[in-house]
Amino acid sequence: MKLKIVGVILLFAVVVGASRAEQPSSINKKAEQTFRSSFRPDNPKYWMGRLDQDETMALCSKYKDQPPPKVREKIQAAQMATIRYPVDGKLVGDWHEGEALASSGKGGHIGFIQPDPPGTPRGGNCYACHQLAKKEIAFGTIGPSLQQFGKTRGTSDEVAKYVYDKVYNSNAFNACTNMPRIGYNNWLTPEQITHVVAFLLDPESPVNRE
Amino acid sequence: MIRRTSVMANVVLSLCLATAAATAYGEDKSSDEIAKYREMLQEGNPADLIDLKGEELWKTPRGPKNVSLEKCDLGLGPGVVEGAYAQLPRYFKDTDKVMDAESRLVYCMVTLQGYSPVEVTKNWFSRPGKDSDIEALVTFIGARSNGKAINVPNKHPAEATMYKQGEYIFYRRSGPQDFSCAVCHSNQGKRIRLQELGNLTTKEGAGTAMKSFPAYRVSQGAVWTMQRRLIDCMRQTDLPEPNYLSDAVIALEVYLQGNASGTVMQTPGIKR
Repeated sequence: MKLKIVGVILLFAVVVGASRAEQPSSINKKAEQTFRSSFRPDNPKYWMGRLDQDETMALCSKYKDQPPPKVREKIQAAQMATIRYPVDGKLVGDWHEGEALASSGKGGHIGFIQPDPPGTPRGGNCYACHQLAKKEIAFGTIGPSLQQFGKTRGTSDEVAKYVYDKVYNSNAFNACTNMPRIGYNNWLTPEQITHVVAFLLDPESPVNRE
Repeated sequence: MIRRTSVMANVVLSLCLATAAATAYGEDKSSDEIAKYREMLQEGNPADLIDLKGEELWKTPRGPKNVSLEKCDLGLGPGVVEGAYAQLPRYFKDTDKVMDAESRLVYCMVTLQGYSPVEVTKNWFSRPGKDSDIEALVTFIGARSNGKAINVPNKHPAEATMYKQGEYIFYRRSGPQDFSCAVCHSNQGKRIRLQELGNLTTKEGAGTAMKSFPAYRVSQGAVWTMQRRLIDCMRQTDLPEPNYLSDAVIALEVYLQGNASGTVMQTPGIKR
């Protein structure tokens, strides 16, 4: 209990200290005002909420995704603490569903010109950035190739947990990475993330079989 | 002005090709095939027709005041269109604002021709079956900078400030996928699926992107202005929709044009 209180005080001190040290310059303040006042007034409030930044987003923006080591460690520790697991505790789901999620880049686009139709299911869009199954040649290269991932890394509980955690909150491992925090942002549900884990690890999955 | 004689002969053919291209070439085709189409369309960019329409709109007396835009000052003096786009956005004393080609054009249509700002920007981009005068006029203005080096002024403090603000917005992360422009566009030699991504923080990357706008987009069957391009980038990063001509978009343009400075314009271009 005492330890916990000390921890909270320390955390508070770190946060206050950091926010004092990281006062945005006047140009950044102006830029933030410019940005926020540039959106159509008829955007619904729940859309406009997407402009809000949590501490990680704000820090990554400030350091142009290259945070100094201390900030990096701080972000990673804070993000690691956000990871939540499915209620049944099972981290490896159905690779078929995982493959569908990896292939779909749909969902999440708003605005008045070309929004996704309401209720469009969100995809994980893994192929936008990663090579996965051999048969899919239209893969992006922003992230590393994950072909044969399960075959190479094995399918132990540790590996399954690592993959789940990484997909859930990429910034727990690599602060300010290009990869979205897919679970933390509620982009996919914990159950959907277990399907993505299966797509990467299951020996029957085309990621490993081909 | 430029290869006008061949333009009309090629327009019908190129529009047919473009329609075929728009339906046949989606996101997932290889960039080789796109390059082939670019080559095929090179001698007859459908945007050339839109350029001609824009020229006519520029010279025709229109609006409540029934005057043409020939006295419009795009930064190089009243009536000077040649080379003006390559030097925009820039600071204008009369409005005390940094303006891009589109905001300046709209300013001229309001002040010279007497249109209301709402009326004039209602159709700022075309939809199938619904043309846009602004799109045509910007295509015309852009094309008069073909062959000119991008050279945005960075003398007035407001111009330097806008560049910095654009840079801030470029790296600003938010939204349900933590995106910023930089996530995709500050890497060297990367792809999204098969689409190659320019590194917009470099002269080469920003130059490749900026030199061809306004550009005919084969997948859209329309010319996209830089405002249209950047407002769609906001959509692709899951953000709400910016106002047409908003300062955030102009700031991004200043940042990108600044990075692209020295690149020779090739507009109207052809894009996927």
